[in-house]
Amino acid sequence: MSDPQTAILALDRVSKSFGTAPYKVNAAQSVSFELHAGRTLALVGESGSGKTTCARLVMREYMPSEGQLLFKGKPVSTDNAKALAAYRRSVQMIFQDPFSSLNPAHTIDYHLRRPLQLHRRDLRGKQIDAAVEELLSRVKLDPKIVARKHPHELSGGQRQRVNIARTLAVGAEVIVADEPTSMLDVSVRLGVLNLLNEMKRDMKLALLYITHDIATARYVAEDIVVMYAGQIVEWGDVNKVIDNPQHPYTRLLLSAVPDPEMRFDDPKAQLKAADVDEVRRLSAVPQDRIVAVEPGHFIRQIASGRAA
Amino acid sequence: MTAPLLQVKNLTIDYIGDSTDFRAVDDVSFDVARGEVFGLAGESGCGKSTIAFAISRLHKPPALIRSGRILLEGRDVLDLNPAQLRDFRWREVAMVFQSAMNSLNPVLRVQEQFYDVLRTHQKMNRAQARERTAEMLRLVDIPPDRMKDYPHQFSGGMRQRIVIAICLALNPKIVVMDEPTTALDVVVQREILQRINELRRTFGFSVLFITHDLGLMVQFCDRIGIMLAGKLVEQNTAENIYGAPQHDYTRKLWASFPSLHGEPVMEKVSI
Repeated sequence: MSDPQTAILALDRVSKSFGTAPYKVNAAQSVSFELHAGRTLALVGESGSGKTTCARLVMREYMPSEGQLLFKGKPVSTDNAKALAAYRRSVQMIFQDPFSSLNPAHTIDYHLRRPLQLHRRDLRGKQIDAAVEELLSRVKLDPKIVARKHPHELSGGQRQRVNIARTLAVGAEVIVADEPTSMLDVSVRLGVLNLLNEMKRDMKLALLYITHDIATARYVAEDIVVMYAGQIVEWGDVNKVIDNPQHPYTRLLLSAVPDPEMRFDDPKAQLKAADVDEVRRLSAVPQDRIVAVEPGHFIRQIASGRAA
Repeated sequence: MTAPLLQVKNLTIDYIGDSTDFRAVDDVSFDVARGEVFGLAGESGCGKSTIAFAISRLHKPPALIRSGRILLEGRDVLDLNPAQLRDFRWREVAMVFQSAMNSLNPVLRVQEQFYDVLRTHQKMNRAQARERTAEMLRLVDIPPDRMKDYPHQFSGGMRQRIVIAICLALNPKIVVMDEPTTALDVVVQREILQRINELRRTFGFSVLFITHDLGLMVQFCDRIGIMLAGKLVEQNTAENIYGAPQHDYTRKLWASFPSLHGEPVMEKVSI
């Protein structure tokens, strides 16, 4: 990852903990990553690894316990309402559940018109109509049919497209997509991922793609960050990390991805419970040292007790 | 050549509507042999879960079995009276649901929930039930002394394993698993399915496995049926479903999974 100055949004050694000792949970420990225009960063890890905490930190739903967020190179100020509004406009989220993230009482037209009215004060009357139409066409929905409908009349994939259009309506520069396809049917997942990729390319969006499915991460992302127990354990270019994983946790994660080439009865496919526990235990130990594997590919120092 | 354990013959199930009926399962037939893992794959709404429910007659109105037969060891499940049905469920067909880890009773200790099943079906007393509970928990790699804990004290993967242990406590002949690991991450998913695979080798029960993840299904199942809009469009061994899919829809399903090590389908655009 390159110079933080060119990043749209950067997390600089951000930590977030919940509760107080002895029940303190460190959901994110000294997490740093950068989001660049026109690039996707995939954040992968198991449930409870701190992925969603990172998303919420980026969305400023959580305030960092330590460290800071840099937006276009400057710390995000908390006391300047105007700057905060600009931040909230620029950083938008797509949620996992397309069935609960649209208001069932309103039409699709309303869902897109409201953000335009609030955030695009320069648009008047007919211009808003045109903008709604353009947004829907952009996400490959027919405005004539879809605009009048209510969310319950659309499929999950269509609703997720409306959610994408909504983030575009306000002129987002950063999109945080938290498992955007995990609740969709397999046959429409690729369509939504392709759409996100297209948006990223055409509109120079920075995308934070959160998932536990490392195969789709390779499909959409240029960079990848692997998290475990609140720490980033391995990061870098997505192809380098997936083809040459160095951290034992990344290896474990990759070895567990369903692979139709390998049957469960095959002894090579067996994960040993003791090994898995050992990897988990060692990966959870907080470590400060960072090791460069190759240019653009880093791992966090592995706790001793096992050779790297 | 022995008779298959479970035979589903020309099963047709409708959801009754006000004016029109929706045919969820349309003339589906398949067999599951003893000790075999049979997979049903397809998108949501293709009828795979409806079949799963119908096998233990857990389907509720407006679902209605129009025609067809479900034979377990030659006995038609659809002919059972309520008393026979109570005896049949769990003892012969056990079921693990997608949200199984949330189907444990949050206010009862795990051992109570085992006792419930063991007392009802096998008239065990507490001491016997405790012994059996310990044995079952050990099978799924959970320390038996944790049987006194409540469900919220376990992680999602452990709760899922507890449900599987309860399912296996009565030595069922077939376990129906409807997306048993969808809510779990890949490492836990692998651990659980690997364990089920070992257990079925040891105890010889059959599994009807339902998921939309074809890759996972090919790893785990012996034979696979692909469903599309209520119809079983292809049925073959796991190797052939993967290596030589016949139906267009099966090929489309495969194409919709990005593969981990294959070429990225998308062109990479540098900035």
